[in-house]
Amino acid sequence: MDNHTAHSDSAPLDVAHAEETHHPGWSVYWKVALILGLITVAEVWGYYVPSFVASRAFVPSLLAMSAVKFAIVVSFYMHLRYDHKLFRALFTGPLFIAASTLIALLFLFGQLVARFGPAR
Amino acid sequence: MSAPTAGHYTATGLDSRKIAIWAFIGSECMLFVSLISTYLIYKGRSVVGPYPHEVWVSPSGEHFKPILNIPVTSASTFVLLMSSLFMVLALAAVQNKDLPKRTRGDRILGSSKLWLWATAAAGTTFLGFQAFEFTSFVHEGLTIRTNLFGSSFFTLTGFHGAHVTAGVIWLLTLLAIDYRRGLGPKDALNVDIAALYWHFVDVVWIAIFTLVYLIK
Repeated sequence: MDNHTAHSDSAPLDVAHAEETHHPGWSVYWKVALILGLITVAEVWGYYVPSFVASRAFVPSLLAMSAVKFAIVVSFYMHLRYDHKLFRALFTGPLFIAASTLIALLFLFGQLVARFGPAR
Repeated sequence: MSAPTAGHYTATGLDSRKIAIWAFIGSECMLFVSLISTYLIYKGRSVVGPYPHEVWVSPSGEHFKPILNIPVTSASTFVLLMSSLFMVLALAAVQNKDLPKRTRGDRILGSSKLWLWATAAAGTTFLGFQAFEFTSFVHEGLTIRTNLFGSSFFTLTGFHGAHVTAGVIWLLTLLAIDYRRGLGPKDALNVDIAALYWHFVDVVWIAIFTLVYLIK
């Protein structure tokens, strides 16, 4: 089931070629699901280890694992890794603006300053 | 939606429906980040409990335990992650409908109905977990009006639940079409668009699970 082509049968040839994409198949999809499951197990396991929760690595490692899961689903299941770059721009552009706004708001309302700012 | 054989192609050579769903997903990113921002800004600023991760004793001496149920939410997160696997298999089955199915494994992997049912069932299970969670929270004294945590939590997860509900309805309409006339390669784009929406709902939950449930 690997390497199939997805486009409308009726599309003109040049147009069809522009949208021709090679998506992975079952052999990739189940491995992706396994990795997602294992990362989720690691996240929940970390939540129940008091010494890890108390450490400075807790929040950054959870954010990193979440970001990896996010990127894997977007790349492989949403096929952004294989699709046209315009789709990538339509997704990552607003995501970048939104993430920047989130970080700015957290600084503005003191939620990040409290952790990374100078000692009071 | 127009007939599947009529492509809506643009000067870019890309189908306008697929451009539209990606633009929609981009706008949905902004919606959910605004809701997550609100939750994070109000985090730790509730004057009264119950609280997500801390014990709270009310002025009347009543004890409230941390309200978030991590084991239940972990199970629902796993179910939603697996629903994304089922969805890509449904799309692959529709795209490869015309290929010969030689083995039993080929027939199972090639059954779009099976994978669409599995995805819809997983989505409904996730909604069941969320209904259980909301109900137990209300019984434990947390409503949308109790405190800042309750307001921002129910708004964020409620919006996500509404999106999952819309996704399940979308999947059921695809299933109805599949039973009526069968979904084939000519319908792949329509299924792909539904799949993109479903995976987006999944990635939003990946962020919510970490930011709301796991980070104390």
